[in-house]
Amino acid sequence: MEILMFGWEFPPFSSGGLGTACYGLTKSLSSKNVKVHFVVPKAPMDAKADFVDLIVASGLKLENFMLHKINSLLVPYIDSGAYNNRMEQYKRFARNSGNPEASVYGPNLYAEVHRYAEASNLIAREINFDIIHAHDWMTYPAALNAKRVSGKPLVIHVHATEFDRTGGHPNQYIYDIEREGMHLADNIIAVSNYTKNMIVRYYGIEPGKVTVVHNGVEFSDAHDVVVRKNPNEKIVLFLGRITLQKGPDYFVYAARKVLEKMKNVKFIVAGSGDMEPYMIEKAAEFGIADKMLFAGFLRGKDIERAYKMADLYVMPSVSEPFGITPLESIRNGTPVIISKTSGVSEVLQHALKVDFWDVDQLANKIIAVLQHDCLRHALIENSTQEIPKINWDVAADKCLDVYNRTIHMRIVV
Amino acid sequence: MVAISFYFQVHQPVRLKHYSVFDIGHNHDYFFHQKNKEVIEKVAKKCYLPTNRLMLDLINQFDGKFKISYSITGTAIEQFQHYAPEVLDSFKELAKTGCVEFLSETYYHSLSYLYSKKEFVEQVDLHKKMLWKHFRAKPTTFRNTELVFNNELGKFIEDLGYDAVLAEGADHILGWRSPNFVYRPRTCSRIKLLLKNYKLSDDIAFRFSNSSWADYPLSVEKYAQWINAINGNGTNLNLFMDYETFGEHQWSTTGIFNFMRHLPQELLKHPDNSFKTPSEVARENESVGEIDMHNFVSWADLERDLSAWLGNQMQQTAMRELYVLENEVKRTKDPVLISDWRKLTTSDHFYYMCTKWFSDGDVHKYFNPYDSPYDCFIAFMNALNDIKHRLDVRHRKIIREVA
Repeated sequence: MEILMFGWEFPPFSSGGLGTACYGLTKSLSSKNVKVHFVVPKAPMDAKADFVDLIVASGLKLENFMLHKINSLLVPYIDSGAYNNRMEQYKRFARNSGNPEASVYGPNLYAEVHRYAEASNLIAREINFDIIHAHDWMTYPAALNAKRVSGKPLVIHVHATEFDRTGGHPNQYIYDIEREGMHLADNIIAVSNYTKNMIVRYYGIEPGKVTVVHNGVEFSDAHDVVVRKNPNEKIVLFLGRITLQKGPDYFVYAARKVLEKMKNVKFIVAGSGDMEPYMIEKAAEFGIADKMLFAGFLRGKDIERAYKMADLYVMPSVSEPFGITPLESIRNGTPVIISKTSGVSEVLQHALKVDFWDVDQLANKIIAVLQHDCLRHALIENSTQEIPKINWDVAADKCLDVYNRTIHMRIVV
Repeated sequence: MVAISFYFQVHQPVRLKHYSVFDIGHNHDYFFHQKNKEVIEKVAKKCYLPTNRLMLDLINQFDGKFKISYSITGTAIEQFQHYAPEVLDSFKELAKTGCVEFLSETYYHSLSYLYSKKEFVEQVDLHKKMLWKHFRAKPTTFRNTELVFNNELGKFIEDLGYDAVLAEGADHILGWRSPNFVYRPRTCSRIKLLLKNYKLSDDIAFRFSNSSWADYPLSVEKYAQWINAINGNGTNLNLFMDYETFGEHQWSTTGIFNFMRHLPQELLKHPDNSFKTPSEVARENESVGEIDMHNFVSWADLERDLSAWLGNQMQQTAMRELYVLENEVKRTKDPVLISDWRKLTTSDHFYYMCTKWFSDGDVHKYFNPYDSPYDCFIAFMNALNDIKHRLDVRHRKIIREVA
């Protein structure tokens, strides 16, 4: 089988779960002798090592993998403002490299999404494939184009919806693209039941058209990270984009409540985002600024170090279609409290779970983990055993099943 | 001759609510009244009332030839009084027939024997008083919580003056021997040991509605045949099960009530079969041999050990911290505080903290008020810390008064 897949960049240069997921899935598919033509946007100023080398190094079966780059400024999780920044960045880059010609890129995000879609026509005409697989909204126009050009069926894979990203206040333009993609696709894959429900509820899709394929998790070899811990101090970690979707405000509120009962606790916030100033102000307002530390955006070893330093990781997301960070935390030996409104809570049993809005419950559970070593140990011991069951091999098999059903469905029709 | 002995366990814990660390020192109510009420009312309707009615009908129908026994915990009785007094009334009616034996156990369905013999004896006494008050019954047969038993416990029970004690007929204890005889625990001289025939008990309690079981559906004729076959190689058959089997574990739509309605008649067709209560079986049969149970054996899960309640560190910590407070709590002579503490000794709280089956879901989920074993541990430890807080407040008050 050959797949035309519209995806995003791969780790280690990915900015979130989407790149990691595309990589994990592609790798497992290629090991099952499924040929993947992987289409990615690539901007000229992004000084990345050509990542095919990285892929080879990380064990992808190369004969089953073809990379197609489309010149574009698109990156995952982009919004209009961020796109404009990218454009400025590009213009500077073009001036510096002595090529100040008129930009080929769209004047705004939406125009660029369509330009990208047009550019994909060529690929869809040139190569052979049996089915199209597209990841999240920005690729839907391109994938729909490819479907029109080739007449091949389309499966779209929903990692997040506009409702997740905006806390229930969707951008109409993006919502329309998502909705069109979902309706015109032959089948839909959702990363969780939570996401499936959103698709059914907010996009008017028949439940039977949506298959849940939980993400897997794959870890590169652990770094040799050693952390020295102050035995008299407990650390609670928040790690992720500091945006409405991730519920950082609930983290500050819970921190205040915890500190009413326990003094020797520090709260570390790792990540960046538009709600960072809010969090800093709130911490000051609550008089806990000395207990709440902002570590900024972390990469690689520093992420592992943060997990390892922490006694507990908290993911209070308002809306988390899947959520891979809790699994990373467990892998680093740190137990987790996760929001019930997350996909990962569907696959992880040995975690404490809370309603993100229930600050008292969150604080209650944080205190319990910090005060009772036996609880901490039980959580980490049991959750560690769960991780291997959450893998990309299982996910790839489910995707293959969806491909086969979709192709078969077409033949029958 | 086969004397068939039914023993039904009737128990409801006083479930804990999600008592938070922020409740400590502010409110001392640890219990989930609404949930407890719901469960009692639901089980009363589905199981206790219709099953008691059925048992009463059978007893009347067979004019003294159909007999059964119950072990009813104090926490169940208290909750019947609050939420479903008609259930208690129907048990009283059964008691009056003279065909029902009430067994002795700990009032709070606790594992106190393992942690404090003193508390164990007190809870057994409380339970005895309760049996006398409601049923005018004086028990002579003992069964420990979840059939937890070993040699030492056998001796302890014998010394308390009981004539018989119940235990699980576990394969690894019996080996080639049959559970269908009366035995004597090693280290005991007088007391009779009645062992559960878990195969025939579980045919009703667990497999009855399992359509993938080879013997599904189970008819009274088939079941009676299996029992009749014991004649000649057994003196008695002990069918021990949760009373909630009827109508709750096995819904009435499975035909469980119909099965029970027709079973006595079918069994009594065989002239050598009879129904006896455990104390009658113990009185009428000599021990055929000695049973050696050095380690604790229970009727729970496949392991038949203590791991369902004490298998992980959370359970062990919670249990240890609970019993550490025993003397201090009792010294206060405060009946409310003592009763709150004792309600925490109920084994179900520890059962809910069990993690060994959690990934696979089910088994321990039955009427479990918690989403996870961790949530139960957290609520339990918070409640325990509030009891500590109450003790501290008292101490400070006494110190102030003395000063």
